[in-house]
Amino acid sequence: MTRNIQFKIYRYDPDKDAKPYMQDISVEIDATDRKLLDVMVKLKAKDDSIAFRRSCREGVCGSDALNINGKNGLACLTAIDDLPTDKPIVLRPLPGLPVIRDLIVDMTQFFKQYHSIKPYLINNDPPPERERLQSPEDREELNGLYECILCACCSTSCPSFWWNPDKFVGPAGLLAAYRFIADTRDQATSERLDDLDDPYRLFRCHTIMNCVDVCPKGLNPTKAIGKIKDMMVKRAI
Amino acid sequence: MAAKYAIRKFDAVIVGAGGAGLRAAIQLSEAGLKTAVISKVFPTRSHTVAAQGGVAASLGNSEEDHWHWHMYDTIKGSDWLGDQDAIEFMCRKANEVVVELEHYGMPFDRTDAGKIYQRPFGGHMSNFGEKPVRRSCAAADRTGHAMLHAMYQRNVKANTQFFVEWQALDLIRDAEGEVLGVTAMDMETGEIVVFHAKATIFATGGAGRIFHSSTNAFINTGDGLGMAARAGIPLEDMEFWQFHPTGVAGAGVLITEGVRGEGGILRNSQGERFMERYAPNAKDLASRDVVSRAMVTEINEGRGCGPNKDFVLLDITHLPPETIMKRLPGIHEIAVQFAGVDALKEPIPVVPTAHYQMGGIPTNYHGQVVMPQGNSQNAVVPGFYAAGECACASVHGANRLGTNSLLDLLVFGKSAGESAVEELKKSPKAHKELHQESIDKTLERLARLDEQKGGASVHDTRLTLQRTMQNHCGVFRFADKLKEGVQKILDVQKDVQRTEIKDKSKVFNTARIEALELDNLIEVAVATMVSAEARKESRGAHVRDDAPDTAANPNGRDDKNWLKHTLWFKEGNRLDYKSVKLTPLTVESIALKTRAY
Ligand SMILES: Cc1cc2nc3c(=O)[nH]c(=O)nc-3n(C[C@H](O)[C@H](O)[C@H](O)COP(=O)(O)OP(=O)(O)OC[C@H]3O[C@@H](n4cnc5c(N)ncnc54)[C@H](O)[C@@H]3O)c2cc1C
Ligand code: SF4
Ligand code: SF4
Ligand code: FES
Repeated sequence: MTRNIQFKIYRYDPDKDAKPYMQDISVEIDATDRKLLDVMVKLKAKDDSIAFRRSCREGVCGSDALNINGKNGLACLTAIDDLPTDKPIVLRPLPGLPVIRDLIVDMTQFFKQYHSIKPYLINNDPPPERERLQSPEDREELNGLYECILCACCSTSCPSFWWNPDKFVGPAGLLAAYRFIADTRDQATSERLDDLDDPYRLFRCHTIMNCVDVCPKGLNPTKAIGKIKDMMVKRAI
Repeated sequence: MAAKYAIRKFDAVIVGAGGAGLRAAIQLSEAGLKTAVISKVFPTRSHTVAAQGGVAASLGNSEEDHWHWHMYDTIKGSDWLGDQDAIEFMCRKANEVVVELEHYGMPFDRTDAGKIYQRPFGGHMSNFGEKPVRRSCAAADRTGHAMLHAMYQRNVKANTQFFVEWQALDLIRDAEGEVLGVTAMDMETGEIVVFHAKATIFATGGAGRIFHSSTNAFINTGDGLGMAARAGIPLEDMEFWQFHPTGVAGAGVLITEGVRGEGGILRNSQGERFMERYAPNAKDLASRDVVSRAMVTEINEGRGCGPNKDFVLLDITHLPPETIMKRLPGIHEIAVQFAGVDALKEPIPVVPTAHYQMGGIPTNYHGQVVMPQGNSQNAVVPGFYAAGECACASVHGANRLGTNSLLDLLVFGKSAGESAVEELKKSPKAHKELHQESIDKTLERLARLDEQKGGASVHDTRLTLQRTMQNHCGVFRFADKLKEGVQKILDVQKDVQRTEIKDKSKVFNTARIEALELDNLIEVAVATMVSAEARKESRGAHVRDDAPDTAANPNGRDDKNWLKHTLWFKEGNRLDYKSVKLTPLTVESIALKTRAY
């Protein structure tokens, strides 16, 4: 059984367009087109100039984050049946980042913030012959943190990040920061806290929770941010 | 040629930032060499991120294990087509590279003693094939993700220079056969740059997208293989493709074998645990080729499930929900997302799905690319290295064991990096003069694509390619279908030479990127079909109707005539063969035997 799906898609190609516009386009889909990404691939077969990123099509690579009917999400994890079809599906690039073309945004600022928190294990002891030991309970502390796919759904839905993308680390970066703080193998906790103890880097978060709402992996950056704040309070006394 | 391009000089260029590329990059960056790592996607979006089940190493954290047993299993799994020197090298290095990963910060699951958690996996046995052993080191069912991020993070620490969203287009190889870098396109601007290097390492991953139903990402288009083939390098053993037993029916998304490692069971429409009949000893944990064929046989004999009887069921409903949520949380998520079932309560519909390419660019165990020259079958191609799924060392032979690929990319990513460092330190030299013809090849390809009128659609041509491979070169192969398939794929090739794109923009032109990828997919598809048609025996993943199980040739394997590696050359669509290395480095050869699980 086929049916017709209507779209409104944000289009902008600096090579030829003076300014962005919304394109109306529709496509026939059948029962095998389950996810929005499947349908977008069909759209692209129809109009090969629609540009978007995609790779794994299973929600692990973080390529295809978009603004779908006003909410950030991954095209590959969005079931087409879950989207209302009485009006066109509106696809826009992630908000708050410069658009390179169509649905492709420039993620430089997002990654810059990620890199700024030193996203790597710091342990200056000479590495032992074998693995460093870590109890299952200590390992469990990393659950809900290490699974981040750097899709940027969260940071680009966060008003604080929109206003200060150069100064506020943002939910994804802060989640990563806490991932290393929480790791018993990491020895740089106090340096990490020093680095974040700043009116902008951490404290621009006003617990608005947009980030939690949109994370396609069900992660909770707000909780991680809260834990960092707690640690700062604790060490102040 | 009017087109302009810039030239940038590096000591080394690595193409690919998946597991293999990132592991090689750590080696080069930490040695202080000026290195460029080029990737079509941001490094953590590479397909290694999708690996679920684990990475093999005989750490023995939960029970006795030994690299020698691992070596035996790998050779048996390869149906004796794997090179025993490379296999010994890989299995002996496994503990070292896995422990390094842990030191980089990889969040492995832990045993009660705080060591790396290990689970059983298909074909991995203790004591030379006796019974399943816990050898797969895992981070829940997100091992690839945890590993890729840990290695990317280590590269951030080492200040590696990345060129993200750059597509390498052609290998630069001069008249003397020396490799001098690649041509590449900045996807954001369409700018062409020559990366001029003293060492070039390919880590471009697999080409699973030659099949219609595949566990692979969209970007797995075999670019490294295409580039190598166009530059005169042969492709080895391309007839051997692994069909993973458990892809979600319809969607292709993978369900890790770790599910069966944790106790999952395959059932047919009668609810029967049918693997007991095909592999009485290892059952659901037999090697992948064996399980996939058993499933297709069940389906062909009418015992498939569903309205069309075209899948079987993977059942984990008998496992404690805590185990599933702790060890297989990602699988629970995938089942909900892509099969629409809650795996705690209902079985998951699965079918064998194209998954992994055992063949690739021929290398030795130092990660150096080799090819026949003069009277050597394995002469080193100067300046050229390859590792990971794009390379063929060959450790997987005719069938790869699960968890051995993540190990392969760690071990050979590292050794390719080490070999390049050693070579550059040993003989410091200036950059050799570039080879204009190689550069022109890229410019001509781009110009052709820009000017093509009345050509073939990229989308349709790719679909025909994928359907042709699926129908003519699948889990079971038939002599007449293969013959037909060769003709058909050569027809597709003609269309690929005249693809047309409507979008001519310079800025992030994904239509152009996909057309250029198709140029590589077709090389892999032709190599696969031609190599498969020619190999008149059944071995590992390659099973044909005219090579059945007989007393003289158990399982259809014909060691007298076919214990040899295939080499496919693009020029003249020609095949050659070379011997399998049956002598390991230090231990005795694992003697040929009939494979049974
Ligand atoms: C779903 C799934 C699950 C798996 N699970 C396991 C498992 O549990 N255990 C296991 O051992 N194996 C597993 N495998 C296999 C294993 O994950 C892969 O073989 C392995 O990750 C490949 O790594 P790689 O580094 O060679 O390539 P990839 O990770 O695929 O990386 C390729 C890189 O090359 C780049 N690239 C490609 N072409 C170009 C170009 N033209 N220009 C620039 N850059 C380019 C890409 O951008 C990417 O960075 C799994 C595979 C799949 C598909
Ligand atoms: S909770 Fe903090 S990080 Fe999350 S959206 Fe709100 S302000 Fe941003
Ligand atoms: S926290 Fe969630 S939304 Fe944010 S980048 Fe990571 S996976 Fe994406
Ligand atoms: S395509 Fe990878 S997350 Fe959607």
